[in-house]
Amino acid sequence: MSTTSTDLKNVTARLARSEKLEGWNRPPVIDVEGDSELLELAMGPHHPSTHGVFRMDVVLDGERVIRLKPVFGYLHRNHEQLAQTQSYLASMPYTDRLDYFCSLSNNWAYALAVEKLVGQEVPERAQYLRVILAELTRIQNHASTIGFLLQEMGASGTPLMYAFRERELILDLFESLTGSRMMCNYMRFGGCRVDASEAWLDGARKVVAALPKFIDEFENFLMSNEILMARCQGIGVLKPELAVNAGISGPMLRASGVNYDIRKVDHYGIYDRFKFRVPLGDHGDIFDRYMIRMLEMRESVSILEQALKEVPGGPVMDPKAKIRNFRPKAGEAYGRIEAPKGELGFYLISDGSPNPYRYRVRPPSLINLTVLEDMCLGSNVADVVLIFGSVDIVLGEVDR
Amino acid sequence: MKTVEEIKAAIVAAVPGAEVTIVPNPSPSAQTSLLIDPAHAFAIAEFLRDDEDLALDFLSNVTGVDWLDKEIAEKVKVTRQVEKPVEGGEPGQVQIVDETVEETHKHVEPGYLEAVYHLFSIAKKHGPVVLRMRTPNRTDKVELPSFTPVWRSAEFQEREVFDLFGIVFTGHPDLRRILMWDEFKDHPMRRDYVEPDDFEYEPTAHDEVLKRAQEHKAEVAAGEVEP
Repeated sequence: MSTTSTDLKNVTARLARSEKLEGWNRPPVIDVEGDSELLELAMGPHHPSTHGVFRMDVVLDGERVIRLKPVFGYLHRNHEQLAQTQSYLASMPYTDRLDYFCSLSNNWAYALAVEKLVGQEVPERAQYLRVILAELTRIQNHASTIGFLLQEMGASGTPLMYAFRERELILDLFESLTGSRMMCNYMRFGGCRVDASEAWLDGARKVVAALPKFIDEFENFLMSNEILMARCQGIGVLKPELAVNAGISGPMLRASGVNYDIRKVDHYGIYDRFKFRVPLGDHGDIFDRYMIRMLEMRESVSILEQALKEVPGGPVMDPKAKIRNFRPKAGEAYGRIEAPKGELGFYLISDGSPNPYRYRVRPPSLINLTVLEDMCLGSNVADVVLIFGSVDIVLGEVDR
Repeated sequence: MKTVEEIKAAIVAAVPGAEVTIVPNPSPSAQTSLLIDPAHAFAIAEFLRDDEDLALDFLSNVTGVDWLDKEIAEKVKVTRQVEKPVEGGEPGQVQIVDETVEETHKHVEPGYLEAVYHLFSIAKKHGPVVLRMRTPNRTDKVELPSFTPVWRSAEFQEREVFDLFGIVFTGHPDLRRILMWDEFKDHPMRRDYVEPDDFEYEPTAHDEVLKRAQEHKAEVAAGEVEP
């Protein structure tokens, strides 16, 4: 799997040259030396590392990737069309199935878009519950992503099981509040479905209090690991200019050093009340993307500690919120949140009827794949699996 | 951030000949959009990205919307001169009077396909600025310029709009279907899309599906469609 340093130098030199010709807006074309025989390889759709049904059509020159085209749609069920044939509220459970790791973030993004469309206020207590649930979701998503990344690196099982052990505690919290571990279907336009009891909040406090220890342990095991560094550092580099131009969002954008967190920019919900930092990467390689997720988990824990300290009383649902016969006036709205995978947006057009005229999901997983080819060109085929893993996608959201 | 009117003025000043219309949005979200003409769209996009005040470097969302032909019925009052017999006069004696009648005029407003772009600025941390482009009709003139050379994030999203709505983006480097398979015909998100009569019938068909399955069988037996 390793190439000699001269080989690498050649590739970088060639990459630099072709980039000058093509401009950074297009993937560089790598010219093939002499009479090399090219190999076309379909990685997927059934490949244990592809996180679902996903194919990469790769052209290889020896071990080196010279072309890569992602192919997806195997899980396409026309989620948007489905939502346009039913009422606004009826789509809420379907949003759970987009990114099934983070159903609560999806709920929030959809609720936010509809609340923008009708100008709906959300009561204090519901805002706090939303922040708590979204940050718990972020922690379990990032922990699992790191676990999967390590799994793909050859650490079979162990890091993933550590991550899943912690995830299970968080999912237990979700289950006792919403009735479901993954398909939570919890938020509503103007609040949340059920109130959290004091016992639940205490349980959440306990889980959150134990989280820093888990993150320390997780980081200790992994940080100084030589294999992790060798396989991650300097591989799959994404430049900040390209990241911005290609609409990359979330941890991947920040790993390239671009300071853009929608929680800080839009201040949706009540994020302006909490103190937290936005971790940024330097190099935009796999290691930075891994590290950003580690650091973001710590920031999420800090947000959770602040939020759980001061959950106010009151209703969780705006009493004036219209539930039956919900017909927004004609108009449109785009609402977005910082989901664990990136910017998750919902764009809705209403024509005054009970169904949305147009319902669109802006899927961060799909758009973050735009630069997959750019990151993989010139690297070894074994690294493709890691680069792909560091993007962090869920096919339920890519294909919709 | 500049208001929509200021952005419009800036575009018109920077791109000569550009036609920009403000599309109002009555929703409380107050996200008013700008309708731009496809002929100058590319220059407008480059201006919006490169302008120092706007710096809209982040194209977040691209989507298509299908608007069907709209039949609009208008009631118009028409005044006409009619001959009427004079009351109490001799038979055959007529006078000309004005009569106002209400008539319903119907005209069809042609439908169009629309591409909607949501732009943000990472450098200035503002947004969204909403751009719209419309095709002349829904059938043969469905071409719009692609923004992929300006913002790379449009690459997959414009492919998706092409796949599901059938807008052809000229200048797109790799315009292929993305979610549906390559052999698929038609565009499933169009409002008038009709499902092909080739779906796999349920093993225990009932109601609607049973009816369709029987119709399909009859059509196959008559040789009208391929099985």
